[in-house]
Amino acid sequence: MPESESLIALNQIDRTFYLGDSQVHALRKVNLTIAPGEYIAVMGPSGSGKSTLLNLIGLLDRPDAGGYQLEGRDVTTLAPDEQAKVRSERIGFIFQSFHLVPRLTAAANIELPLILAGMSVAERTKRVTQALQEYGLTDRAQHRPNELSGGQRQRVAIARATVQRPAVLLADEPTGNLDRVTGEEVVRLLEALNAQGMTLIVVTHDHALGARARRQIKMEDGVIVSDITRAPEPTGIGVC
Amino acid sequence: MKIIDTFRYARDAATGTPLRTSLLIMAMSIGVAAVVVLTALGDGARRYVVGEFSAIGSNLVIVLPGRSETRGFNPANLITSTPRDLTLDDATALLRLPGVERIAPILIATTEINASGKLREAMLLGTSADYIRVRKQKLALGRFLTKDDLGHGAAEVVLGATIRREVFGSENPLGKTVRVGDRRLRVIGVLAEGGQGMGMTSDELLIVPVATAQAMLNSNTLFRILVESRSREQIGEVKARVLKMITQRHEGEEDVTVITQDAVLKTFDKILNVLTLGVAGIAGISLAVAGILVMNVMLVSVTQRTAEIGLLKALGATSAAVRQLFMVEAVLLSLTGAVVGIALGYLGAAILRDFYPTFPAYPPLWAVLAGLGTALVSGLVFGVMPARRAAQLDPIQALSKR
Repeated sequence: MPESESLIALNQIDRTFYLGDSQVHALRKVNLTIAPGEYIAVMGPSGSGKSTLLNLIGLLDRPDAGGYQLEGRDVTTLAPDEQAKVRSERIGFIFQSFHLVPRLTAAANIELPLILAGMSVAERTKRVTQALQEYGLTDRAQHRPNELSGGQRQRVAIARATVQRPAVLLADEPTGNLDRVTGEEVVRLLEALNAQGMTLIVVTHDHALGARARRQIKMEDGVIVSDITRAPEPTGIGVC
Repeated sequence: MKIIDTFRYARDAATGTPLRTSLLIMAMSIGVAAVVVLTALGDGARRYVVGEFSAIGSNLVIVLPGRSETRGFNPANLITSTPRDLTLDDATALLRLPGVERIAPILIATTEINASGKLREAMLLGTSADYIRVRKQKLALGRFLTKDDLGHGAAEVVLGATIRREVFGSENPLGKTVRVGDRRLRVIGVLAEGGQGMGMTSDELLIVPVATAQAMLNSNTLFRILVESRSREQIGEVKARVLKMITQRHEGEEDVTVITQDAVLKTFDKILNVLTLGVAGIAGISLAVAGILVMNVMLVSVTQRTAEIGLLKALGATSAAVRQLFMVEAVLLSLTGAVVGIALGYLGAAILRDFYPTFPAYPPLWAVLAGLGTALVSGLVFGVMPARRAAQLDPIQALSKR
């Protein structure tokens, strides 16, 4: 559902990895336009290039060829430090294994992106307190990750990813390490964020999870093989 | 990222692994403590020797009979092989030289003291009234020799502290008569305890007027003459004048040796300073080893924290910020080690002083600063490689590691 102004515009993106002497085409001439506020599931078998796509959108990786515009700005030519700034302000990451820093408390983990952005202590404390409240973690603030349940850990990770109010939330198998019930909780949380207008891109193997997204992108061998957008209804049967 | 936050993060990272951190700090602190203690020893030896020399008195020029020949064989030596003795007249003549403040002729012999039925061996020292000021010694009781003509031999004696204690016990010796050799002398004073210099203690001395000593020993020669110049600057001139005067009085024969305490002192000072530096250098090797250990530990830390580094990058940390975090951690570890080491070093030096109170084992400031500086520099230098490795990590690969 491309609107007049796109959030993300990928144009003829190529990405090739070299493993020994063999070449792996992770992405082949991928074109993709994403509007602000979309809810997208990227699916496909292992090695289909979906993670590479996510890393590229998240500016952790650079394409070998092609153009990438984020909020109308060409970000492929940016210097590494400027890309870091874009990551800090516009992009939130959520990982399958949470990637919380084990020695830091829940509050300190959430505070991390704000520290890296060089924010003042007063502003940081305010934002962290607010985030802890929003995600129902206030009584867990001073606990370390190993003292938290899987669901709580992922909530801390989501709070950390969204504390800077990014434009895009990138989630790589966000429920992969969680049981079904907690996974469901986390997905509802992400969908609530999406409902508030945050663009959500989820990479997953899980068909049930993928089916909940309004727009479903299927990848195979580095190529988008299907890109289906269904009518915006709260619940429905996904088309894979 | 703010500097204070960088420091806090690095500190938390270090304290997050207490065993690794404490072992590293220990290694660094042992290195620094070694530098501090060993230089304290070296510098203490220097101070000790300098102190011993200074105890003889400052601004001293010492005249010894006999020539220490440094000009090779001289046919004149065959004819006049026996040097002329130093006499009291020589000493009086020296007093008249410009720049000379005081003189103290010295005559030394072993003798016996006999009093209250006790007999004891002692050193007899014949000298003048100025001796006590030239040698900067103090009296415990009574007065020192009277200041009159050098040739006047009063039957008086000043006792050393040990002699007084062993002969008279707690009795007041002033005014008592003692037999020294074959003379009867009146005790007029007692020296304060602990007078020292050149390893010779004044506690075992019997000090009598020089003329009395000469009469007792039936001799008119002197062991040496101590000349005190008016100021430190004049020592050189006084030395030259003394030598000229004695040479003149000895019919042109340069048959005395004149040494200044300053020259001897400088030589010892130099030798012991070099020794201290050498010892510091040896201790410095342990600091270098500690530095390499810092690098090793930081490299391991980078490997262990790969996922964390990837995360930091995903959260918007620049490579420079990551590099800084690891550099600051390395420097913090080294500096903490250095501070602990300096504390240990001072403690070690204090223990040494406790065991050997006469030995001034104080670590010199330069060594402490050098230890601190070396630790800091090694932290910086050996922190660079791990920090760069961390900054260059590919965030995708780093994050894919669990």
